[in-house]
Amino acid sequence: MTTNAGAVNHREEFRRGLREIVEPSFGISAWALVTGVAMIKSGLSVPLATLMSLAVYAGSAQLAALPLMAAGAPLWVVWAAAFCMNLRFVIFSAHWRKYFGHFPRAKRLALTYVAADLNYVLFVRRFPDPEPSPEQVPYYLGSVCWSWLSWEIPSLIGIALADRIPAEWDLGFAGVLALLGLAYSTLSGRNSWVAALVAAAAAVAAFHLPLKLNIVVAIAAGVGVGMLLDRLWPDSAEARR
Amino acid sequence: MSGAQSFVAILGLTAISVVTRGFFLLSAREWRLPPWLTRGLRYAPLAALAGIVAPEILLANGALVGDWKDPRLLAAAAGTAYFCWRRGILGTIVIGTGLMLAAKLGLGW
Repeated sequence: MTTNAGAVNHREEFRRGLREIVEPSFGISAWALVTGVAMIKSGLSVPLATLMSLAVYAGSAQLAALPLMAAGAPLWVVWAAAFCMNLRFVIFSAHWRKYFGHFPRAKRLALTYVAADLNYVLFVRRFPDPEPSPEQVPYYLGSVCWSWLSWEIPSLIGIALADRIPAEWDLGFAGVLALLGLAYSTLSGRNSWVAALVAAAAAVAAFHLPLKLNIVVAIAAGVGVGMLLDRLWPDSAEARR
Repeated sequence: MSGAQSFVAILGLTAISVVTRGFFLLSAREWRLPPWLTRGLRYAPLAALAGIVAPEILLANGALVGDWKDPRLLAAAAGTAYFCWRRGILGTIVIGTGLMLAAKLGLGW
């Protein structure tokens, strides 16, 4: 890990992590721009919106918290809503433990603090075997450096330009299109198709649950169906990748 | 919410980011997930993506979109067609967003 050959490998992995996130991050940047605008439009001052962007760094949780904060909701309601939006990260963290669990606590938490959805999806695609290896941290750092900048810069621009971008343009939808493309590229094999369709249907059917719990229902349904199908009707080996 | 309350709210939200993202890494105790759960986690990112995306495309104000002249439906259909053709995420975003803006600003959908 500390040899010359290892160092070169590290730089390559850093670049690879960076390269693989550039394309899907463009839509996320549009989403960040809109989140920046939304923070100001919901009544936060520029310093508070800047702090929120830099420190919270969780777009969907921020967007869920904003209307509640604007409406003067109690703090625990704001936090409960954000926690539910972030429940998927709790699920992801069980997976991160497989890769980062052997590090000291401060390092583990510093690493995962900046782990956005895209970083997780791309990392698991790059390292499908849930075991630690020396390429993982440089790959991860490349990935999160780019995604942090591609979120924060447009978010800060959005804060600065809030009043000049018409809300009717609905530019936040570019972020949804980014997630849609990412979902398509994650599909591999029949069982993953079924799991995705079940999750989509569950999220729509459970949409009226409070606090965005429909996302949690969707994850539970998709994972449950995927596991059931794996047991009853396994994909062929190559479809699993 | 006052500025001070918003400040406290933001500090709490920051703590939530740290705690949720590192949830299973908080404990120093070594513990292993059962193998069935590890296999199931393969589906978690895809299920979350599908769960976030589907309502954004199919619902408007909490009800299924009834009118086919919907800029978001158009954007998603165009993005899907592009992805089937070229398998690129950036093209999916650009084609979808471009057609959505054209429909909104050009056709007044």
